[in-house]
Parts: sequence; C-alpha cells; structure tokens
Amino acid sequence: MTTFGSFVHKETLHILRDTRTMMIVLLMPVVLILLFSYAISTEVNNVRFAVVSPHYTSAVLEQVRHLEANPNLRFAGFIEPTEIDATLRQGKADVVLCYSADYDRISAGIEQGASMQLVADMSNPNNGTMATAVVQGAILSSQASLAAALQPDIRILYNPQMKSSFNFVPGVLGLVFMLICGMMTSVSIVREKEVGTMEILLVSPVKPLQIILAKMTPYFMISCLNLTTALLLAKYLLQLPLTGSITALIIISVLFIVLALGLGLLISVMVSKQIVAILISGMLLMIPVMMLSGMMFPIENLPHFFRELSVIIPARWYIAALRKLMIQGLPFLGVWKEMLIISVMTLGILSISLKRFNDRLA
Amino acid sequence: MTDEKIISVRELTKQFGDFTAVDHISFDVYKGEIFGFLGANGAGKTTAMRMLCGLSYPTSGSGVVAGFDVYRQAEQIKRHIGYMPQKFALYEDLTVAENMELYGGIYGMSRKVIRDRIDELLAKLDFESERNTLTGELPLGWKQKLSFTVASIHKPDIIFLDEPTGGVDPLTRRKFWELIFETAYEGTTVFVTTHYMDEAEYCNRLSMMVDGRIKALGSPKQLKEQFNAPDMDMVFRILARGAKRGD
Amino acid sequence: MKPIEVISLSKSYGKVEAVKSVSFEVERGTIFGLIGPDGAGKTTIFRMLTTLLTPDSGEARVEGMDILKDYRAIRAHVGYMPGRFSLYQDLSIEENLNFFASLFQVSVEENMHLVEPIYKQIEPFKKRRAGKLSGGMKQKLALCCAMIHKPTVVFLDEPTTGVDAVSRSEFWDMLAQLRDSGITIVVSTPYMDEASRCDKIAFMKEGTILTTGTPNEILSAYGKRLFAMESENMYLSLQQLQADERVDLCYSFGSTIHFTLRDGVQAEKNWAEIQPQIEDCYIALSR
Repeated sequence: MTTFGSFVHKETLHILRDTRTMMIVLLMPVVLILLFSYAISTEVNNVRFAVVSPHYTSAVLEQVRHLEANPNLRFAGFIEPTEIDATLRQGKADVVLCYSADYDRISAGIEQGASMQLVADMSNPNNGTMATAVVQGAILSSQASLAAALQPDIRILYNPQMKSSFNFVPGVLGLVFMLICGMMTSVSIVREKEVGTMEILLVSPVKPLQIILAKMTPYFMISCLNLTTALLLAKYLLQLPLTGSITALIIISVLFIVLALGLGLLISVMVSKQIVAILISGMLLMIPVMMLSGMMFPIENLPHFFRELSVIIPARWYIAALRKLMIQGLPFLGVWKEMLIISVMTLGILSISLKRFNDRLA
Repeated sequence: MTDEKIISVRELTKQFGDFTAVDHISFDVYKGEIFGFLGANGAGKTTAMRMLCGLSYPTSGSGVVAGFDVYRQAEQIKRHIGYMPQKFALYEDLTVAENMELYGGIYGMSRKVIRDRIDELLAKLDFESERNTLTGELPLGWKQKLSFTVASIHKPDIIFLDEPTGGVDPLTRRKFWELIFETAYEGTTVFVTTHYMDEAEYCNRLSMMVDGRIKALGSPKQLKEQFNAPDMDMVFRILARGAKRGD
Repeated sequence: MKPIEVISLSKSYGKVEAVKSVSFEVERGTIFGLIGPDGAGKTTIFRMLTTLLTPDSGEARVEGMDILKDYRAIRAHVGYMPGRFSLYQDLSIEENLNFFASLFQVSVEENMHLVEPIYKQIEPFKKRRAGKLSGGMKQKLALCCAMIHKPTVVFLDEPTTGVDAVSRSEFWDMLAQLRDSGITIVVSTPYMDEASRCDKIAFMKEGTILTTGTPNEILSAYGKRLFAMESENMYLSLQQLQADERVDLCYSFGSTIHFTLRDGVQAEKNWAEIQPQIEDCYIALSR
C-alpha cells in the first residue's frame, strides 16, 4: 500500500473503532431529519380559540360552528370580556375571537365598523403568528361567499401545506456537514498533536499536505454517504419534490463539504488541545449555522446587524441554494450566485489554513 | 519508631470483576517509622494505597488506618492523613501562601491556625521570601517541597507519598528525603512508594508487591539477608523476575 | 563525518532559557547519553536535532545535513522515539508497525531482521491494541517502530521513564545489540545508573552541559577523596556530619552516607574511602 493509502487506512480504523462517535456521525443526519420532520414542527395544529360575544346571534353561532369544524381549530368555549386576559394567561386558549355587538349588521354591510377582533397570545411570536393566520384563514373561508371580492387571494406556492419538514432538510444538511467535516476533522488533527504522535509524523518523509489530505478523506467519504442518505430520506420518506438540478445539488454540496473541511483544518492549526478544538468548533461553526444561516429562523426576521453578519456565514448560502434546488426546483443556473460565493469562500479558507499549517512544533 | 501500630491490614483484597488487583495482603506499619511500599507498575500498589487512604472500598479483608476502619470510617481517615500525589496537587496559578491556605481550609483548620502554621512552615523551610511567588514559577525541587508541606499542613499522623521524587536531580532528591527523615523524627509516620531502589534503603521497613501479593516484608537489612543480595535493587530483580503481571 | 555535531545550540521559550549554548559530538556506532533531571533541556535538544524546533542560535548537523537547511532530508532519515512512547492506542501492535513502516515507504518484512530480537518478545500479542499493553511492551513496540526503516541515527527521548527496573535493564541490552550492528544511538535518561551503559555521556542541568566524556573518564576526573559511613539512623548521622566543619559535601546514598572533606583536612583512620560512582560525580558537579 502506498503511504497515502495506508494513512487513510489508519484514519478510517480510528473512526471505525470509536463506535460512539461513529454512531453520531452516521446516524445524526437521519435522526435530525426524522426529528425535525415528524416530531418537531413549527406548524400549529391545535389552535384553541375562545369566543366573546355580547349577543349569541345565529350568524355568530353559525360561524363558530364552522370554525369548530375546522380540523386545525378547537373550540375552547364562550367567555366574558373580563376573562380574556385570564384565559390567555392560563393557556386555556391561544386566540380569543371578540365579536362586536353589531356583528350581524356590520358583516351584512348595513353598518360600518369592525365586525370582530382577534386577541392572540404572542408570548411565542412564531406560534402566535401561525395561530392567528390559521384562524384568519378559517374565518376567511367561512365568509367566502360574503367577502370574496374584497379579500386578497392568498395562494401559497411551493409548499402548499406549509410543511416545515421541507424547510429543515437543507438546514439539517448544512449543520451536519459543518459538524462532521469541521469539528471532527479539527479534533482528529489536534488529537495527534496532543497525544504526541504528530511529532513522529513530522519526523518522517511524509509531507504535511499528505497528512492533511489523509485526515480529511474519511470524513469526506462519510459526508458523501450522509448526503446520499439524506437525499433518499427526503425524496422517499418526506416526499420532497427534488425537481431541481441534481447535478447542481451534488456540486454545491461537495463544495460546501470541502469548505467545512477547510474550516476544520483552520481551527486545528490554531489550537493544541482537543477540548479547545471542540469548544471553538461549537462556537464558530455550529452556533452561526443554527442561528444565522436561515436554518431555523428566517434571515429577514433577524436584526439588521445579524442580517449583515449572515452574509459571511457559508451555511447561509448553502442552505439558500438547497432550498432553491430541493423545494423550488430551480435548474443549475438558478443557483449560480450561491455557487460562486461558496467557491470563493472555499478557496480562501483552504489557502489560509494550508499556509498556516506548521511543520514544526514552534 | 514505636511499637504502636498505626496501620494494620489483614487479608486485604480488591477485585475488579474477575481480576484480583490486590490479593489478601497483610502487614502492619508502626507509628513514627518510614515504611516503603514498593512494587512494579501493575503490581497493585496504587490500588492498595487507595484503599488505605479511604478512596476505595476493599472487596474483603480488614484495614485500620490511624485508628479508623477503612470500610466504615473512610471520611475520618481522610481527615487524619496527608496525601502527596505523584504530580503534586498544587495550583500553579496560586502563590505559595495561597496554596497553603487552600489546603488548610480543606482540612478544616481555622483561619488563625492556618496563618500561624504558614508562618511556621515558611520559616522552617527557609521559604519566607517566596511567600507570594506563583507556584508555577518555582523550580521542580521547590514544588516538591511545597507539595509535601501542604500534605502535612494539618499535622496528620501519617503521610502517604506516591512516588514523590520522580524526575528530579540526585541532590534535590536527597534534600527531599532529608525532609522526610525530619518529619519521621518528629513522630509522623511516612508511607512512601518509590521506583528508586536506593531510596528503599532509607526506609525503616518495607514491603514489596508482586502480582497483587506481598512477597517481601521487613527492614532493608533483613531482606538483603533473606534474598542474599548486596542491595535492594537486586532484591527487587529477584522478586520481579518471577512476576507474571504487568511489565 | 561524524553522525552528530552540535555547536553552541541555544533555545529559549519566552523568558526561560531551556538550552544554553550546548555543544557535543557523537561518534558512529556508539550510544551517547544525555543524563539529567526534568527541566535540564534534554527534550528541547532532541527536538532541535530532529528538526521539530529551530534553535535561537548555534548550529547542528545530523549525518552531515544541517538542521535548518536540510531539515526535510533529516526527517526522512532518522529514527525518533519521543517521550511517552507516542503510539496509536486504538491500533494493534501489528497495525502500528505496518503504519510506521509505510510512512517511510518500507515493508515490515525487509527490515525485520533488524528489530527481530525485540519484536519477537511482543509478537505473541501482535493483535492486541497498543493502549492495552504494559509499559515495557509499549517501550519495545515504540523502539521497533522507530527502527523499522533502518535509520543510521536514532533519537530516544527518555525511553525508560515510567518503566520498571527489569524492563529498563532489558531495554539497554537491546540498545547495546543495535549499537553493535552499527547504529548511532542518542538517548536521554534521568536515571544515573543507566549512564554507565552508554559509551559516552553528557551531564545536563538547567540547560547547560556540566561535563562530557566516557563514564570512565568522568569517574577518574572526580578529583576528591570520597568516604562512606554506615548508619543505623540516617537522619541523626546526616545532622552530625552536616554540622561537622571538616565535611564539605555529605548526602545519603542507599544504606550509607557519602561525604567529602574540605581542602586540607586529614581523614580519620576509621573512615572508609570508596571509589565514586556516576551519581557521586553528578552530585559533585551539579551543586
């Protein structure tokens, strides 16, 4: 076996013999995708609504019955106006519908004014917004005959059921690659330094570049495996459309994987203890991906400073490109911008890290 | 050295699953003596010491240390012994005085008693000038002395020393042993493990563990006669060659 | 051309002067020992000679190659066993050896004859993971891994530290065999008794060399008369002698006390004069 071959063989043995880490590395994307898709959802399915109405007219009652029939809503009862605050605080309802005294006449167009008011619990803005939207949607559909002409026609594209699982698969991939390629690679290199075997590796004909490539290769392979698993899960289990350019998807994923490996290398040349490598990987790699890349929270919702900051987070561009390819179904050229940005970042990170890799101890 | 026993161990055993690390050892240590506890790596020394220090429960057998039972009174044992581990448990970023205060506090000494004791010890070791030096900046020999001092800050009846002289130059090693001699002279019992066979000669009595058992017990003179050896190094080699475990 | 030439090598870490202008030479096919305690600078010297560290000043050559300019060539050539036997804990004996052989692009078979006497002691365990080996076995494996590519110069940094006396002695037997087959060996150790097993030694303390020479040369250069006294009570005898104005240096030595006299003092008749050992020389030079 060539030197490089036996080096990769050794690295693979290290990974295979560390059963716990291997479980994490191979099963994590699967677990995360399943978790986000089935267990955790940012959809709101059981919106409880309470009703305040001075008069229980037949129009009001009919609408309430209509809303009750909606599978996403649950009727939490009629309450007095004075009870609104308590009801929401105690969590007995998510939303309170307050019908005006003249509801029947206003909605028939005979009187002017607001026919009803929605009071919503916004302590969790995500949930609150969704709850309001669901109720509004339900009300609209119940008034379709009355107000069709006036209400905007809202159609939801690409993800008609607004399934959050679609949203998360790109995010999960971004996170997983950063974790495996970034953190694991850096820990692997730093471990050699810490244990002392790096000294022997350096005092040998092996070039530093060979050491680096040999360390990266197994994690590259694992990431390709994870990509395949994730795509298969997405298509067959979650029924993501995946109608965009698969070639572009693979190319940009490979670029991102290499970028993450480069980041791992960069961290490893800066630190000498494994625990520090893990902490820095966590701070510099994981947290920006989770918070700033659009994985969990839309970038548009971030405060101005963080929105600007997210531009330098590679995962942001990768996740954006994946969404375009996987959910919107764009062709290759549709993601040229993201591909260019990631390529430039990859080249930059790799050159800096390779240059800084020290082939002496000090 | 007196006739009063300060450590008394009978058929002490420690098993980890199928593996018997310490195999029915029995010995006594007398008050005021320097007792050497020798053996190769893997022979069971460290495991045995941990039981005597109240750090681990024996599987069977009995042990009394400083008057306390190793099963039921482990916490009392810890309060009445001093322990100097191999890597000197000192905080490098505390000063000499701060390390001493810390350990004084750990052993439950009152603040006034600690302060007086620090003054006393610094004067005795001729170390007053280094009171506020960071421990990390001390040369190895001084750290060693400080570690020993800190282990004896509460005037325990016994001090356990785990290979205290590793890696230090010959003269410093001897200076350290002079400290041990002085401590023993003042009545403290010293229980020491070491790899240096010439240091074995400094002990009043010693035991040698091989494969979890005690294969030799007595004064250096007695053992040299028993094994017909000119020095302790040869005694060790004779015993170690029969070893099945470890190195 | 001597295999190793060191000329006024110096290295500091910040304020700490780890190595202060050290010079020595090593002849081909000999064992050269750097003898000294922790902090003497032994590891730093090794790291400079294996090109892992650059010196602040001075120069050195290994097999004629300069440690600064020809460092890649030196790295491809020498054998190195750093402290704490750096082995891969989760790989077996066999896997470790195969890996290190492949680093140097040799096969284990072609050079096995060189390490065979050592390897066959651990061969029965060749499938066992390095992490589960005893100290003595790790030592043997590390030596095999350092030698497997048939280097002409080998650097062993404290190979016997933390290992029991019997294994240590066996290790030196193995080194002697390697030396006899023509390999130049540089070894560091804190154990004075191992100094006598080297062909030439250098005493080190706090970054400087106290003296260099063959063990016999150093012993003959002792210069003073050395006396020994038996003692039943080491502590009291030491106190006594230290208080005695005629005595210059006195220290415990196993079951006796060794001491020297101040200049001009006459020895008493019943004092036993002895020949100094290596450790006595170190103590005299290092105080």
